[in-house]
Amino acid sequence: MKAAIVVFPGTNRERDMAIALRSVTGQAPAMVWHRDTALPEGLDLVVLPGGFSYGDYLRCGAMAAHAPIMAAIREFAAKGGHILGVCNGFQILTEAQLLPGALLRNAALRFLSQDCFLRVERNDTPFTRHWAKGDVYRTPMAHGDGNYIAEAETIRMLEDTGRVAFRYVAENGRLDAGDPQLNPNGSMNAIAGVFSENLRICGMMPHPEDLVDPLMGGEDGKPLFTGLVEALVG
Amino acid sequence: MSAKLPRTVDEALAREFGLTAEEYGNVLSIMGRTPTFTELGIFSVMWSEHCSYKSSRAYLKTLPTTAPWVIHGPGENAGVVDIGNGLAAIFKMESHNHPSFIEPYQGAATGVGGILRDVFTMGARPVANLNALRFGNPNNPQTRRIVDGVVRGVGGYGNCVGVPTVGGEINFHPAYDGNPLVNAMTVGVARQDRIFLSAAAGVGNPVIYVGSKTGRDGIHGATMSSSEFDEDALAKRPTVQVGDPFVEKLLIEACLELMATDAIVAIQDMGAAGLTSSAVEMAGKGGVGIDLDLDHVPQRERGMTAYEMMLSESQERMLIVLRPDRTEQARAIFDKWELDFAVIGHLTDTGNIVIRHKGEVEAEIPLAPLADQAPVYRRPTAPAQKPQPMEPIIDPVGVEQALIRLIGCPDLASRAWVYNQYDSTVGGQTVRRPGAADAAIVKVEDTEIGLALTTDCTPRYCRANARLGGAQAVAEAWRNITATGARPLAVTDNLNFGSPEKPEVMGQFVDAIAGMGEACRALDFPVVSGNVSLYNETRAPDGTSQSILPTPAIGGLGVLENVRQAVGLGMPDGLDVMLLGETKGQLGQSIWLREILGAQDGEPPELDLAAERRNGDFVRGLILDGTIAACHDVADGGVLVAVTEMVMAGQAGCVLEAPQSGMRPEAFWFGEDQSRYIVAVRDGQALATLAAQAGVPCRRLGRSGGEGLTLPSGSTISKARLLAVHSEFFPRLMDR
Repeated sequence: MKAAIVVFPGTNRERDMAIALRSVTGQAPAMVWHRDTALPEGLDLVVLPGGFSYGDYLRCGAMAAHAPIMAAIREFAAKGGHILGVCNGFQILTEAQLLPGALLRNAALRFLSQDCFLRVERNDTPFTRHWAKGDVYRTPMAHGDGNYIAEAETIRMLEDTGRVAFRYVAENGRLDAGDPQLNPNGSMNAIAGVFSENLRICGMMPHPEDLVDPLMGGEDGKPLFTGLVEALVG
Repeated sequence: MSAKLPRTVDEALAREFGLTAEEYGNVLSIMGRTPTFTELGIFSVMWSEHCSYKSSRAYLKTLPTTAPWVIHGPGENAGVVDIGNGLAAIFKMESHNHPSFIEPYQGAATGVGGILRDVFTMGARPVANLNALRFGNPNNPQTRRIVDGVVRGVGGYGNCVGVPTVGGEINFHPAYDGNPLVNAMTVGVARQDRIFLSAAAGVGNPVIYVGSKTGRDGIHGATMSSSEFDEDALAKRPTVQVGDPFVEKLLIEACLELMATDAIVAIQDMGAAGLTSSAVEMAGKGGVGIDLDLDHVPQRERGMTAYEMMLSESQERMLIVLRPDRTEQARAIFDKWELDFAVIGHLTDTGNIVIRHKGEVEAEIPLAPLADQAPVYRRPTAPAQKPQPMEPIIDPVGVEQALIRLIGCPDLASRAWVYNQYDSTVGGQTVRRPGAADAAIVKVEDTEIGLALTTDCTPRYCRANARLGGAQAVAEAWRNITATGARPLAVTDNLNFGSPEKPEVMGQFVDAIAGMGEACRALDFPVVSGNVSLYNETRAPDGTSQSILPTPAIGGLGVLENVRQAVGLGMPDGLDVMLLGETKGQLGQSIWLREILGAQDGEPPELDLAAERRNGDFVRGLILDGTIAACHDVADGGVLVAVTEMVMAGQAGCVLEAPQSGMRPEAFWFGEDQSRYIVAVRDGQALATLAAQAGVPCRRLGRSGGEGLTLPSGSTISKARLLAVHSEFFPRLMDR
């Protein structure tokens, strides 16, 4: 799988993502600089990693959505390319309107760095095929602005068309969007990740790339990456 | 010389700038004339307590600073030790106490930023942050504001720069009411053949300014940090610097990119006293002169004077001496990262620092006497007040009730509310997160090496007996590293004390250093970097001033050749739970005494450094050979609190047996005897045999299993109840 990681000034989880990708592909992903205007040839996957692009002093991801590289990313998306956006990467994808909705300040107005449990809402996508539908997996989260929101109509559309990728739940899979223990940032419908209409773009707030090695506490995040490899290179 | 002096320079002005009459006299004799306003400013910050260490230097020299694995000890921006594979760990801890009272968010944030720069300026990529925080009485309304701001500030800066915050400690005590302590530690990793130092060299070489622009923030911050607070402390807000972690992140990446070339001759960050201290120290260490033209300094505000630019403490700035033929290569790197880059001067052979601005010479000072004739004081000392002897003890509550109160008290309650606001996983190398082991474990990327990191100090012991307290802080750091299986290598110290002009405070300082030195020598655990923060005093409205508890915070670093061998403190299922080290039941200065009887009496527990080393070496060996599955040192709250912490962090409960110790239950379970570890092993009897051979006291406590903690009385406290009590304090204090 040929993957590229896009680095904006202030991106800080590009190394974590590179480690995760390398662990499943055996090769280092290409690093693409925000001022570049083209992506490498023959890419299977573009990843927008976590961090604080341009300091996130405007809305999170708002500046990055207008970076020079974004034109090439839009083009990649338009041609049906696969894109994963994690944390700040998810925020950038919503600001770039490649994914619907927006990420507000966490409901408790504090940065949250803790493990959370995610429920896999469908497993017929390149991002989720190595889980079963309804599987619950543990993953670290680390963000100040992960409270997913969209207009009621958009939420309904996402739900009706199966575009919710992951939800925050209890370890046993129980869903209660009103419980701050289970839905820590207050996201609507406890949505932790969403898909694009063609299911080829996925944005999510938590960090599966930080849980791909038993030494770091587990491999719960690894199926996302092994699944992508299988889906994209067979 | 400039004719536009803002004010007449005289002794009165010198005094306002924090210099004594005698120090001003020395300035006059060095200069052979009345200094300019800017020159006086430079002298005053370079000779401030904060920059000159004038009250502490004579004593700091007594600390051991060498070992075969020490590459650079004190004197550089941070300490450097060999961690194997041709790699070095570079680390230091530094205080930002005064600013954090005045403006908690920015004070703490810029504390993190400053210590990060001390580490990456030497060529290391920062891999971990820790912080040691001391706050006032939780019931003091100010405390909540300060905790909130400090925690947000530490997180706001560290999370954005992408360096995981992996550990630290927090205490509460009324002595910190008007003077919290914010001690921030950064650890970085560099190749041993790519370590960058600050001594300038090469007459004619260009002097480069990179990073943020200079503004009027933080002017005289170093002087402010060298005096006591008065009732107008909060009016000093303009002296607090403002941080920009985004620029720091860019600065880290740009500097590391430049450091991969051979362009740099010397580099130093602009920390306390900003451009003044970096220019003076770099040129002074290199034995050269330096000529700066401030017209070229990137400026954020209009109309800044030479004095303001030289004393500004604007953040995220570095000073670099480059090889002359590499200037354009370096400029291209900083352009890429969109950071200011300016040639602001060059090195000379005059031995002077010359400051030019708008065509005039604003300052010209000989560097050698500025450094060599900096004041050194051996201030008078007096013995501190001894603690009250302990009254005979009557336990009013019993073991179970006492345990519940202890694990919920401010000093022992769960810190999860705090560390859950710090990104502890960014970088993907965090093997043990906060609370999972006695020291945080961070893997060195692309190797099997693990770093074990901790900060430690027990201020209440230090107040009762500063010498013992100083030794205990070092020993506890060594013990916490040992309890993970790592080999302790070296420490950084952050010495927080009251006013050195109070003889009893100075006495505490001298005693604490003596104790630290003893422990560092006995444990082969040298001091490689550090920072002193004095004048931590609060003046009450009635004019009296109260000193903080003596707080010599120790940041310890250890190494594991194979990080997979590290153990945590979580209780595993189905093992024998054993106590190693001697138990005498010493309750003096214990948390139990304070929380249950409301007393702060007695001598702190004894510390036998030979036993410390013997017990620790024994434990470490058995961790590395796989005998010990989990390990936790016995510290605040004693054996029962330690076992409970293992249960709360682990997969299994524990059934405790009656100790048959012949001592009162509260003494056995809550005494704070030192040099002890609780370990979980498959075969407790075999461990006891090995321990006997090694001369290490060993006794069985019980067996792990079940779901909660079962006391010798037969009573079981469920894990859910333990966790509920343990995690109540911070949310109740902060989220109400």
